[in-house]
Amino acid sequence: MSILIDEKSRVLVQGLTGKEATFHAQKMLEYGTKLVAGVTPGKGGQEHLGLPVYNTVEEAVKSEEPDVSIIFVPPLAGAEAIMEAAAAGLKLVVCITEGIPVLDMLRAKSWLRKHGAGLIGPNTPGLISPGKSKVGIMPGQIHTPGPVGIISRSGTLTYEAVHQLTLHGLGQSTAVGIGGDPIVGLKFVELLELFRSDAQTEAVVLIGEIGGNAEEQAADYLKACGYPKPVLAYIAGITAPPGKRLGHAGAIIEGRQGSAQQKIDRLAEAGVIIIENPARIGEATRKVLSGNH
Amino acid sequence: MLIYEFQAKEFLKPLGVTIPEGQLVTTPAEALQAARVLATPVILKAQVLAGGRGKAGGILKARTPEEAEKLAAKLLGSRLITAQTGGQGLPVFRLLVEKAVDLKREFYVALSLDRRNETLAVLVSRQGGTEIEELSVSCPELMKKIDFNPDEGLKLFQARQLAYFLQLEESQIKNFVALLQKISRFFIDHDLKLLEINPLALTEDGQLMAIDARMEFDDCSLPRHPEMSSLWDESQENDLEKEARKHGLNYIKMDGHIGCLVNGAGLAMATMDIIKHFGGRPANFLDIGGGVTEEAVSRAFEILLSDNQVMSALINVFGGIVRCDLVARGVVKAAHKILLKKPVVVRLEGTNIVEGRKILEGSGLPFTFAPDFEQAARLAVGFSEKAK
Repeated sequence: MSILIDEKSRVLVQGLTGKEATFHAQKMLEYGTKLVAGVTPGKGGQEHLGLPVYNTVEEAVKSEEPDVSIIFVPPLAGAEAIMEAAAAGLKLVVCITEGIPVLDMLRAKSWLRKHGAGLIGPNTPGLISPGKSKVGIMPGQIHTPGPVGIISRSGTLTYEAVHQLTLHGLGQSTAVGIGGDPIVGLKFVELLELFRSDAQTEAVVLIGEIGGNAEEQAADYLKACGYPKPVLAYIAGITAPPGKRLGHAGAIIEGRQGSAQQKIDRLAEAGVIIIENPARIGEATRKVLSGNH
Repeated sequence: MLIYEFQAKEFLKPLGVTIPEGQLVTTPAEALQAARVLATPVILKAQVLAGGRGKAGGILKARTPEEAEKLAAKLLGSRLITAQTGGQGLPVFRLLVEKAVDLKREFYVALSLDRRNETLAVLVSRQGGTEIEELSVSCPELMKKIDFNPDEGLKLFQARQLAYFLQLEESQIKNFVALLQKISRFFIDHDLKLLEINPLALTEDGQLMAIDARMEFDDCSLPRHPEMSSLWDESQENDLEKEARKHGLNYIKMDGHIGCLVNGAGLAMATMDIIKHFGGRPANFLDIGGGVTEEAVSRAFEILLSDNQVMSALINVFGGIVRCDLVARGVVKAAHKILLKKPVVVRLEGTNIVEGRKILEGSGLPFTFAPDFEQAARLAVGFSEKAK
């Protein structure tokens, strides 16, 4: 079944006429994604890649009824693009943009909450339900449909994991990049919850890294709910040098958390299968799934 | 982006925050002069972009101008290693010489991003000073945290709650509230991630004074704060990191022998991890980023191999859009330029793998093409062991 996006999903591209958006929209169309329109202020009424362009998200939503929007706009316009999508009633917003200021993201998140919209990203390659829809910039050709759900904070490391899984005969139901920024939208917990009730997904692979506490939140969730499917995790950054830091507030507010080892320990406690060698993500997952049959 | 204590104080002054009388100096002679003008005792404070200076001997008291000169000579030109700098420490080129002030009470005040709760926060402590982190664990009742958001700012009633929590006298409450209002407004307007005053002291004559100040700005916001660009100080970066940053590469030197060149931070960390897994030690973290060009790959490779500790290197590039022949060309170009003799393992995924491999193997240079991630790591570690 996959989560969040499937072959029926109607996709709007914010910033469509820009260089990056044009390149990736072309790739999405080639993959079979149902792009329905684009938005670029000032270019409303034009056609681009065979798609109608609108001046505002509001107009595009009224005319084309998209389900999800993907955002390719410059960083200082990123938060507003997210807010505009949320205000126009879109329930899923995917923001590829890297470099959005932190305070802007705090502002955008309160808009998302107010309008009940979900965000993937920012600073993400997007998400893909192989064989159905690609809403992002990942290489479609390494993916194949199958039973493994992926939730990752990374970009190319996600591709590495997907590549290995595909080589091991394990396709993917949906692979979601949650983004690398300190403030992002949907994280491990929300997506694990969606994978839980997805019939196509038989196992979930988490790809985490140092910093923040998304993995710790996932561990608490998994412990509390008795998750019905096997969950594996690779956490990057065991060798990462402790960051040069300034000031005490961060350490006081967040406690001495955020190291790879701490995340690994918390997840292991919650029953997650920890993958130590990042070249064996595919192999480890196959072992777990063949053990179940 | 971090700025120095003296720069942070320069921002606080126009907000009406009282700071100690002081003078920035770069030579022992200047320190002597400053000590005379300010009248001893004075405090000499090493200006480095890291905390923990006090415990590391970077903050010293001088009772006479001559002592100030002597201590300045010791500090200036040295490298200060604190709990927050990493093992290499940071170079000291400037000292802030300040008139010593008698402090009646010392508080801690900080504004920060609370990443976990996705909000901004003000954190205060009835007791400030160098032991603040330990204190937050041993005596949490001394601390109070209030959340606020960038749209609404810090409310007056919230500032008052903090003022009364600090058990200030009624005559100081208004001053503290005004101070908090000003610095929280500044924090929001200038896209800070951290603003810390430790200690914020109550002087003997009843003034609230910022004895030390730290500020960190959000790098992503710098394009909308052009006035900030002149504040960045390159002297606190090592040469390779500086060169890398100029080309949009993210490079951090470590102390191992296997150089790494990877696209993507997560994959770069995973590459370092797998090297360790097979018994090697990475010489660096290097993320060449998303928009890989032949030129960027070439520069990255040069930077990587200019570290003399590197015995072998591992290039791990997984591109969807990236063409392997482009990466191969960039690497070969750099390798010819630096007259590469050390073994380099290359693992590529993406379009045009066959062409990429042909270019590398036909170059006559010590490239080894690895079929997968694990083989790449094993080979790189193997080469590094042999070289030792």
